[in-house]
Amino acid sequence: MHRRSLLRKALLVGAVLAVSTIPALAQDDPLKIGFVYVGPVGDHGWTYRHDIGRQAIEEALGEAVSTTFVESVPEGADAERVIRKLASEGHGLIFTTSFGFMNPTVKVAREFPDVKFEHATGYKQADNLSTYSARFYEGRAVIGTMAGMMTKSNVVGYVASFPIPEVVRGINAFTIAMRKVNPEAETKVVWVNSWYDPGKEADAARALIDQGADIITQHTDSPAPLQVAEERGIVGFGQASDMAAFAEKAQLTSIIDDWNDYYVERAQAVIDGSWESQDVWMGIDSGMVGFADYSEAVPNDVKEAAEVIKAGIVEGSMHPFQGPINDQSGEEIVAEGEMVDDQTLLGMNYYVEGVQGELPK
Amino acid sequence: MIRLERRAHPSRLMGWLAPLFALAATLVAGVVLFALLGVPIGEAFHAFFVDPLSTRYGLAELGVKAAPLVMIGVALSIGFRAQVWNIGAEGQLIAGAIAGGAVALVLYEVEGWFVLPLMAVAGVLGGGLWAGVPAFLRTRFGANEILTSLMLTYVATLLLSYLVSGPLRDPDGFNFPESRLFHDAALLPRVLSGTRLHVGALVALALVALGWVLLSRTLLGFALRVNGAAPRAGAQTGFSQKRLIWVALLLGGGVAGLAGLFEVAGPIGQLLPSISPGYGFTAIIVAFLGRLHPLGVLFAGLVMALSYLGGEAAQISLNLPLAVTGVFQGMLLFFLLAADVLIGFRVAIGRARPVRRDAPVSADTTEVSGEGHR
Amino acid sequence: MNETVLLTLLTVVTAATPLVYAAIGELVVERSGVLNLGVEGMLLAGAVSGFAATHASGSATLGVVAGFLAGVALAAVFAFLTLSLQSSQVATGLALTIFGVGLSALVGQSLVGVALGGLPDIAVPGLSAIPFLGPLLFEHDALVYGSFALVAGVAWFLSRTRAGLVLRAVGDSHDAAHALGYPVIRVRYLATLFGGGCAGLGGAYLSLAYTPMWAENMSAGRGWIALALVVFAVWQPGRLLLGAYLFGGIGVLQLHGQALGLAVPSQLMSMLPYLATILVLVLISRDAGRIRRNAPASIGKPFHPTV
Repeated sequence: MHRRSLLRKALLVGAVLAVSTIPALAQDDPLKIGFVYVGPVGDHGWTYRHDIGRQAIEEALGEAVSTTFVESVPEGADAERVIRKLASEGHGLIFTTSFGFMNPTVKVAREFPDVKFEHATGYKQADNLSTYSARFYEGRAVIGTMAGMMTKSNVVGYVASFPIPEVVRGINAFTIAMRKVNPEAETKVVWVNSWYDPGKEADAARALIDQGADIITQHTDSPAPLQVAEERGIVGFGQASDMAAFAEKAQLTSIIDDWNDYYVERAQAVIDGSWESQDVWMGIDSGMVGFADYSEAVPNDVKEAAEVIKAGIVEGSMHPFQGPINDQSGEEIVAEGEMVDDQTLLGMNYYVEGVQGELPK
Repeated sequence: MIRLERRAHPSRLMGWLAPLFALAATLVAGVVLFALLGVPIGEAFHAFFVDPLSTRYGLAELGVKAAPLVMIGVALSIGFRAQVWNIGAEGQLIAGAIAGGAVALVLYEVEGWFVLPLMAVAGVLGGGLWAGVPAFLRTRFGANEILTSLMLTYVATLLLSYLVSGPLRDPDGFNFPESRLFHDAALLPRVLSGTRLHVGALVALALVALGWVLLSRTLLGFALRVNGAAPRAGAQTGFSQKRLIWVALLLGGGVAGLAGLFEVAGPIGQLLPSISPGYGFTAIIVAFLGRLHPLGVLFAGLVMALSYLGGEAAQISLNLPLAVTGVFQGMLLFFLLAADVLIGFRVAIGRARPVRRDAPVSADTTEVSGEGHR
Repeated sequence: MNETVLLTLLTVVTAATPLVYAAIGELVVERSGVLNLGVEGMLLAGAVSGFAATHASGSATLGVVAGFLAGVALAAVFAFLTLSLQSSQVATGLALTIFGVGLSALVGQSLVGVALGGLPDIAVPGLSAIPFLGPLLFEHDALVYGSFALVAGVAWFLSRTRAGLVLRAVGDSHDAAHALGYPVIRVRYLATLFGGGCAGLGGAYLSLAYTPMWAENMSAGRGWIALALVVFAVWQPGRLLLGAYLFGGIGVLQLHGQALGLAVPSQLMSMLPYLATILVLVLISRDAGRIRRNAPASIGKPFHPTV
């Protein structure tokens, strides 16, 4: 008798414990949102802008949310552990902000079906895993147009990080737009094999300028290339954030990653219960691809041309990858009027005409 | 006046107490640091030391993080005892991962028990080859292995980046710089269900035991130790200086390569441009913290791994910036190293007396014979 | 064409300068018999302190001094642990790197996004008018000139002064030096602090002139390259300058190669500075006698005065 009642008590306690470990989001509990960053918040570039987005969520939703972030998470074995830790510690929404986090996110998402995951720049989705990215190449088309109109030496220098599709896309969109207004202009690319190494980026910019580039643009995260441009008295474009503070005269404008609206929207959706997995790739029209103010060095006709391109893209009448497009050897690969589809864009690994150099196969 | 006086024999008691003193000092310094930063002290220590160990998964993760550190640390410590300075274990790790990973990709979709062992052999060979270059350059040309092994680390990183961006890239992966995900026969089995703890942890433990046996019970181990302490005497052991250099470097490289293979066939499951957060370098610290003794390396590896996990936990639960982890780790290391002085020296007050050195200093208690050679 | 060559060489000079500072300091340290692997940490400490001081005071000179002192401060921690407490030099140096990287990141958090002007170039009147060599050698900022002067100064100190002789003696055989009455520990302290200061200057150059900004970990491994360069230089200042410019030079050349459109994958191009350094080291090392003559024999060995 005694033993059975003890057993019953034990079962009751056990049941209570079991139930209390199920993560239950009561109406009053703030939604815990986790962010996994690949770099330091202080990079003033990619990660910095994601963190601004995180702060935007806090500002917009106040008491309803509480955010956490882990920075400089290496993309190897550590990533899975960090993501899993966030998931198992009551976070209802987790943003993983680098494509290298893709497979770890997929693994953890499978084990935590009640947690919502948002993976930036990836291509694998699940019921609780969404992917999102920005059509930065639209921004490249705008600044490419500006470069084409403003270059006098017809050589533009591109400081690039790694030969991955996203970067190649940007180079191509830039070059296509540039050559539309200036068929003589060429893009020279130097790869620094790092997203963030101010010294190397600066040296790469110098090498490009020494070889005749009079406009510098970049797909790396530090303001160093623009600083070099300023030092050498030429102009260029910033990347990911407004870099005018570092190069007052040199920065013509900058492409700005603006995740704020998207992040607030998705957080709100989780709170409302309306969140659904999706695969979005948003452009200038959504505000995800933003621009810094034009500097005084930008002539009015260039400003106007840039605005026309922006409007065209937003309206849908202009597409950065609309034919005719030739490959490097001059052969036409996209016919007039045709557009390159999203799948091809996602995996783009060839240069268009006007880009110097070769890509690793 | 207060002086440090050399002990006649290294103190065994202090060998055990010193780490405790260090821990206490770190706690005190940590209290000051956290107070300065306005961080709740109790929670901070909980995050760093208790949180990572509070779940089964957490303990397994400690094993996952510590395994490569311990493996490589043991192998490096053997080499360091022989005054062979392999600073390029990180590159050898990557080379092993490339070799083993390539085998996995070549054998894609091939089932069979032989896949993993083949990959492991490839990993050892890859890492060994990468360490063989500095060994060759040292024995044939006298080129210092510190520089050659270090430079080759950068080369290995770039090579991996090139391979995953091109030849070894996943053909269905939208040209992202990643290899295919390895198929099941090419993935390490888990040793603890529901966790990522893999066979590498067991291998690490085995290496601790083997390393101890090698150093204390074999002629080769004896030769390595003697060669480190007194190279001319080393020649008497029957092993030439050159052969010992090769052994030390190949051992370090082979084990590092195996650790690299374990990383990509275990927790990661594919080849990526970045597969190691600096295990090869951290293992050097682990080797020295462990006083170049396999058991010490085991504990040092666990402590270092814990400090990394603690740093992550502190970021999550306290919004403590990652930089604080580095400061905290650095302080912990400083105190551990400082406390070690109590093993060889005692604090004395008064006039200096000449010290009797009545026993030859052996190399297996502390590296009193020094670490440096040219 | 000439213009391009000149500009390229100028870039090589600036790229090599932080390496020269860090390496020449470490050379002095190692010649005294101490191995300080914490160069990377000291570089970053100098970078963040120099930047912070310049930002706060508006004076670049103050920034340079602050950078120097920051390096000295970190080196002092290392010196105390290794020279007074006899801790393992290798491990302490590595711990210093971890500590320095973390501390600089912590201190620098409020400096992210701050922009400063770089250092002005100072043209040497007259000399800078010489065609080609003029702009190449005589139109740099103060810190670059400083690096030239430092290398010359160290070379002169080591080979021509009594104090330099004492330092070398301490490095070659601390027991013999001690028996001769030289203050081994004090010499090593001074050398270590000097080495730290130099690394701090190198860091200040990074954040004040090379890329005027603060970014976490902005030294990107230059401290390790500097350590390798000391070995490469066989502890001789002249060789060190050569090594730094070789390494920096090939690094810049491969960027130019890419910009020219060479059909070699960029990762393989980026390997060139490292492979070249190995190759040249191998060529140099075949003269084993020279290494034996120049290597400080006591390096890394803790000094235990027996009396």
